[in-house]
Amino acid sequence: MEMRDFVVRFAGEGGQGVVTSAEGLAQAATQVGYHALTFATFPSQILGGPTWTQARIAVDAILSPGDDVDVLVAFNQDAYDEHNSEVRDEGVIIFNSNEFQLEGDSRGFGLPFDELARSTGNNRAANMVIIGALAHLVDMPQRYLEEFVSKRFTRGRSGDEEIIRSNIEAMTLGRDHISESGLALGALAAPNPPDFAQIMLKGNEALALGALAGGLDFYVGYPISPATTILIYMERNLVGEGKFAHQVSSEIESITAILGAGFAGKKAMTATAGPGFSLMSEGLGLGWIAEIPLVVVDVQRGGPATGLPTKTEQSDLMACMFPAHGDVRMPVIAVGTVEECFYGAIKALTWSERYQGPVILMTEMSLAERVQNIAKPDLSQVEDRRRQVYEGTNGYHRYAGLELSPMPIPGNPGAYVANGSEHDDMGDTTHLASRHIQMTERRFGKLKLLEEDEYERDNVEESIAIMPWGGSKGPALEAYNQLKASGVPVGWYYTMYLNPLPPKLLEELKKKDLVIVPELNYQGQFASILRSQGVKAEAITQYTGLPFKVRDLVKRVTEVTEAVRKEAAGV
Amino acid sequence: MSKKNEEYDFKWCPGCGDFGVRRALEMAMIDRLEETGLPIENNVVVAGIGCSGNLVHLLEGSQPYGFHGIHGRSLPISLGVKMARPELNVVVVAGDGDFLSIGGEHIGPQAARNLNVCAVIMDNGVYGLTKGQSSPTTKLGEITSSTPFGKIESQLNPLELYLTLGVSFIASGFSGQVRPLAKLITQGMEHKGFSIVHVQSPCTTYNDTFELLKGNVQKGIEPGLWEVPEDHDTSDKGAAQQLLQQGGVPVGVLYDDTFRPSMDQQVEQMWARAEPKTVQELVDAFEF
Repeated sequence: MEMRDFVVRFAGEGGQGVVTSAEGLAQAATQVGYHALTFATFPSQILGGPTWTQARIAVDAILSPGDDVDVLVAFNQDAYDEHNSEVRDEGVIIFNSNEFQLEGDSRGFGLPFDELARSTGNNRAANMVIIGALAHLVDMPQRYLEEFVSKRFTRGRSGDEEIIRSNIEAMTLGRDHISESGLALGALAAPNPPDFAQIMLKGNEALALGALAGGLDFYVGYPISPATTILIYMERNLVGEGKFAHQVSSEIESITAILGAGFAGKKAMTATAGPGFSLMSEGLGLGWIAEIPLVVVDVQRGGPATGLPTKTEQSDLMACMFPAHGDVRMPVIAVGTVEECFYGAIKALTWSERYQGPVILMTEMSLAERVQNIAKPDLSQVEDRRRQVYEGTNGYHRYAGLELSPMPIPGNPGAYVANGSEHDDMGDTTHLASRHIQMTERRFGKLKLLEEDEYERDNVEESIAIMPWGGSKGPALEAYNQLKASGVPVGWYYTMYLNPLPPKLLEELKKKDLVIVPELNYQGQFASILRSQGVKAEAITQYTGLPFKVRDLVKRVTEVTEAVRKEAAGV
Repeated sequence: MSKKNEEYDFKWCPGCGDFGVRRALEMAMIDRLEETGLPIENNVVVAGIGCSGNLVHLLEGSQPYGFHGIHGRSLPISLGVKMARPELNVVVVAGDGDFLSIGGEHIGPQAARNLNVCAVIMDNGVYGLTKGQSSPTTKLGEITSSTPFGKIESQLNPLELYLTLGVSFIASGFSGQVRPLAKLITQGMEHKGFSIVHVQSPCTTYNDTFELLKGNVQKGIEPGLWEVPEDHDTSDKGAAQQLLQQGGVPVGVLYDDTFRPSMDQQVEQMWARAEPKTVQELVDAFEF
């Protein structure tokens, strides 16, 4: 039987090569024209602790990490015990026979990874042994893998040739060993390489790269999972004349430093996760009232306080949209794919400059660490949009009127006080009711500048629609495609712009009998926000620390739609 | 606020020490303008919250840029302004509660970075705007609205704290001596690195220490203020620590490290070690 995709889960202890094996497989597969997507989950410790990574390899573009595991690569006994129930009955379990022995599971195959790697003279080739075995299981031609290895290790160094030789030998050993077992999954269909250039990277890398492409000048941050990789990328790459990237001493320093930089005319950003975001609350209110452009990235993890630092969840939406006291409603962009991480970052910077205020860019753990192949961005299409700058003389009234006004930049005429107290049009503190009314309306009125009618829609004539947000887009879209194919009457909507919502989208949603929102939180936060805007919305929730499975969504959406139709028919 | 703004109704109490600090800062900024020819808009005054924070609205004459932020965060806001635009002269104004209590966590990191800003601290030993609660520099045992039975926390010595944290320029002044204070602020602004000019700026309503500072011969009160001796070696931290042992309030420069590079200088040096890539090169690196 020809297969269109297969799912491999690598499980073991942190430090055993679980992540590098999965990423190596993804690299090998994309190199020859397949699509790849990985899903990682870590323990919150450096060495040891159970960890697993899943790689899905497919002929067509991939939307989710995959529900069923075709192959489990178990690095130790615990990994087998924990994960073997998720391997489908006809699947294969490759276990590290240098570590443990497995009896009584017909799916099992022992492979001495380390020993085989050592026999090639390259102790680090264990993941190549595994990749060779996996390739045999899906009948992937050896030449694909050899192509990958030569390309990967041709780096113009003296040892290249030897490393290529030992890696190919390791793959061959893995392949030969498993071929003796007679285990097989079927033949993976030949790849269908796209005719455009691609890049492969993690969500956080795409987000950081997007911010740089969008003209970011200034970045500060404080280490916090799962946002730290953005800080690290920025410190390495946001360098040179006029640029600045630095690790500061807390998230309070992060937000207040970017307030200073945004005030001084720079495109400024920080990234954090839940606990750090909570610390930024007061600073975000200051950005809102003093009208200072800046972007805060919230890489969501699970739970309040320290919660689940290395798990995924979509539970910060309310906190992101309403992060501060005193009547604020922040613009929110939530990205749902690795590609959207790139373009969402550019858009967040553009929005903050356009309306002169803070913008929250939401992403989540499952996206941050996901490795995926995407179309290579065409930078000639990316614009570095900047704020309206005041170019007049002194005596300027920065906060006059109800409309956005050009922003003076320190060093130039137009000096004013950026004020966190309610102020008059010069920026001086006032308590007059008339001023508070004017300034409140001015601040909310500016949100209109961010209304953009960009959204996805399909089967729009249906009275029931699915509308996920953020990282639940992938599994929800895969579920929607299945529902559509099986004739379940349901429509599809999606946007990155959660606040303000695209006005035409909101109009469409208001006409629906029901909008189903799959989201990873207990309260159904987005559904609740939609309801407050006049949409009949209900959430499908999950709070396990893991993404939705497609199968579960198909089942739950079907149940909900049937219930609605029965009720409408008066059954 | 370049001229009287009818709407702005905040007032310092008559005789407040902050008037003197404001005047001294105005003088220092005008001196700088005359000396460097750089326009007044080249200065940014970052203020905290409280009586001291209102200084930014009360400046008279030609106006610098101002940032009246949130409680305790004037230092990291100034970090953002300065590192975004190192060519600007950035001055922080804050009170003892704002700078040493809620904002205390930011002093150490800026000292370690040697952030090139000048902080002018108005110390009145009390929270004035919230009507007289105890602050870190309130005396042990003092009765205030928030210490009805006397303060049980010991009094902080900010100058010792700054020395310990590695602030690279430390001066101590008095709001009643405007010209000498302006000179200290000028020195602080000219210093390459993190400078603090800590000013005794009495609160005439809740903690009037003018008499204790200046002394009163008739009442037999010895002045708390004393001049830093002319032969004090400002490059010697140990000597500065020694001086502080005598108590009271010194007037003058206590410590001045002229060798340490400032943060913006260090960043510039760091760029020489970095290999900046274009965004296109960074995108290309992920191609396969």
